[in-house]
Order: sequence, then structure tokens, then C-alpha cells
Amino acid sequence: MLKVRVIPTLLWKQFGLVKGVGFDSWRRVGPVLPAIKVYNQREVDEIVLLDIVAHQTAQGPEFESIEEFGGDCFVPMTVGGGITRIEHVQKLLRAGADKISVNTAAYETPGLIAEIAKRHGTQCVVASIDVRARDNWRWNCFSHAGSNDTGRDVRQWAREVQDRGAGEILLTSIDRDGSMTGYDLPLIETVAREVSIPVIASGGAGNYLHMVTAVREAGASAVAAASIFHFTEQTPAGAKQALEAAGIPVRHPFREVADAC
Amino acid sequence: MRVGVIDYGVGNLSSVLRAIEELRVVPVLVTRAMELSSIDRMILPGVGNFSDCAALLAAGGWVAAIADEAKGKGKPLLGICVGMQLLADYSSEGSDVPGQKTAGLGLIPGRVDHLASLGCNLRVPHVGWNEIRVQGSAEVLLTGIPQTTDFYFVHSFAFVPDDPADVVAVTDYGVEFAAVVRRGNVWGTQFHPEKSSRAGLRVLGNYIRGPAC
Repeated sequence: MLKVRVIPTLLWKQFGLVKGVGFDSWRRVGPVLPAIKVYNQREVDEIVLLDIVAHQTAQGPEFESIEEFGGDCFVPMTVGGGITRIEHVQKLLRAGADKISVNTAAYETPGLIAEIAKRHGTQCVVASIDVRARDNWRWNCFSHAGSNDTGRDVRQWAREVQDRGAGEILLTSIDRDGSMTGYDLPLIETVAREVSIPVIASGGAGNYLHMVTAVREAGASAVAAASIFHFTEQTPAGAKQALEAAGIPVRHPFREVADAC
Repeated sequence: MRVGVIDYGVGNLSSVLRAIEELRVVPVLVTRAMELSSIDRMILPGVGNFSDCAALLAAGGWVAAIADEAKGKGKPLLGICVGMQLLADYSSEGSDVPGQKTAGLGLIPGRVDHLASLGCNLRVPHVGWNEIRVQGSAEVLLTGIPQTTDFYFVHSFAFVPDDPADVVAVTDYGVEFAAVVRRGNVWGTQFHPEKSSRAGLRVLGNYIRGPAC
């Protein structure tokens, strides 16, 4: 049975990790490399690493840093931020990224998702969608790290990125981001019903129960979180225990058995 | 022991290379088909589209070279993900024409089909950690791996060997499919051992250090 993934999201800004509230008020969290090492040692299911300022420069992703980060990571790592061209994708994959998260470029370069999917497979493309609530059960998609309202409705956009070849959707509620008040369940449910690819819930997790409800009630295939792991005593391993106690399948750490001979 | 990772033009070889280094073995990045003869154990990675990978293998002269080493000399070969699927006779992936097939290496008889056409009605791609169930006797590749160990999968297509005896382990995702295949000295894993944490490193270590077949 496929396990529900618990994914720490690492937001990376220039020199280190940060975490904000509503895509603003960034707090420093610490350096990137030790965080990835610790998560790798603890056998987290997956890591999402997003460079939140890369889109502001024309240089694209910081390949050398990512190569350094990925070197000690033996669980899947999704990398996003500043990707505008297929050449960026190839270099990131060579640098150790396993999946590529595309956000702003998906709006500005409509052919990019399809090109990545054609070249590297749909499983390689994670469409990152940041949204704010417009009114009841309606959300608008924002680009440029939440600063630009694209005017697109999330249902239509989710469908479109799927049709273009995205293999997963990382769905983040800007309204809930950093609030630790729980995921936007109607949002997750709406998008999960709209598409047939996996939807990763993001934005708002404050306790393990929030993760349980995102999966059980809203249909998330995976749960991503940041503040809860940075600022509280709660851990990915603890989250998985809580999910399992609620009857949701999770992955257990590997226990080697002695050789037969 | 020279462990060679076949670099035929697909991305993301660094994860495989780093995993081998983690096992205290210096991997050889094999960029030309003629270099394969100096390698003791071959690893065939694969990312993305079957037909693109198959075209790259053909263009680089890899098809005959790999067959020569694996079939002719009996040299161990491990295909990972699409690299495992490439071991098959053909795949239905990557063709814009329905019903058209793309030829694989033909080292393990069988075909590659989309999960949905095999009966899976769950969300595709199949992304994440899923358990394997070992069939029959414990295999060299899976020494030390208990039943139901989770590995990291990310794929939309699956390998269906003609001979069920070539299926070493299966995984269930709406349909039961081959997670590990083997015919003689040729192995394949649908999951990514290089991204399956300690369980995956154990599998790679088994391949690198185990008996040849």
C-alpha cells in the first residue's frame, strides 16, 4: 500500500533557511545543509527545497549550492525557485534534484511544464500553486512568491498544469502559511477532486491532527509543513505516528534483518 | 571491482553516483559504449520517457554494447526505474500513435504498459513510498531486506515480464506490478534504491558486493 508522505518544506533565502507568515515576515531558521543532513538521517519521506528569492534575479537557480545540499540526501529532493528554462531543469537534475518544482515560470512560459514532462517525464514536474481565498470555495493563484495575483482560478489552473504534464501539485494556501491554524481543507478537497495526480497539502499545519484531517477529510496524498517542524517540538516522525494511529498508512524506518548465512 | 553507471544522456545520475560513494565504492561514469568492457558491474539508470531513453541508447551505440556485456559475457546489470523498463522487449510509452510500440533492450522478455491500462484506477503517477513483497526464495539483491520494506517509487508505467519467474518482488498500487525483476545476471528495480534511504543503500550494496549471479 502506498504510504502518505510527510514532507518538510525548506524555504531558502540567500544564506539560510527562513520561514514566514503569509509569505511575509521572514524569520531566520538556520543554515540549509545541516537541516538536510538531519532530515536525511531521520529518514524523512522526502524534502522540498524552495529558493524563495531566485525569481528576483535573472541568473536562475543556484546550482552549486544545490549540488552541495543534494550530496548528502538519500531521500527524494524536490527543488524549486528561479527555474525559467529547460536548461535549468537539466542542470538541477545533474546537481542532485529528483523533482523540479515550477511556479512562476508555469504562468510566464506556458510550454515549460510540457517540455520538462516530455524530456524528463511527468513524475519529474511538481507544479507549485500558491493561492489566496477570493471568496467561499474560490481561490486565485499567485506567482512571484505570492506577490502577484495572476487572476487565475485554482480549479482551472490545477487542471491546466495536469493537462500540460505535471506529475504532482504542491498546493499552498498563502492565507494559512505560517499561521499554524490548519490546512485550508476546502481548498485541498477542491483541487484533489479536480485532478487525478497527487496533491500535496501545504500551508497552515500547526499540529498532527491538521495533517490527519488533510489526508482523511480533504484527500491530500501527502502533507508538507515547515513552521511546525521549525518552531515546535513536533517532528516528521511524530507526525507519522499520529497519522498511523488514525489509520493512515505511513512508511516505517528501515530495519535490516540479519543475513541468512 | 569497477562499478559503472551508464551515462547515455539522461539526467540525474548524481544521486546514483553519490549513493555508490556512500557505500565506499568509487563509481565509474561510463560515457562511451566501448568503455563498458572494462566495467565489472553495470548500472543502467533511467529517467523520464521510455522512448527518449531508448533513442539515446540507440544513438550512443549502447544497445549492442550492453547486450554484449550482459548476455554475451554474463556481466551483472542493474536497471533502475526506466532503466529497468528498458530491459523489456518493448514499451507502449512515448509513442504518439496508439498501439505503436518502442523497442527496449530485450534482456528480460516482457512489455511495459501504463499503470491505468494494467488496471490501476488510483492517482497516477504512483509517487511515494510503497512496500515490496518478495516472491519465492530470498534473492541476492534483497538480502537483509525484510518483507514489506518501503521503497521510493515514482513512475506511471510498469514492467510485465512474460515469465512470472522473472518477477522477484511485487508492489501493489491498485494493481500488482513487478517491483524487482531478475533473469540470471540481469536485475531491475522499479523503485529508486538511490533515493530509498538506508533500505535502498542496502539493495545497492547487495548488488555491488554480492555474487555475480
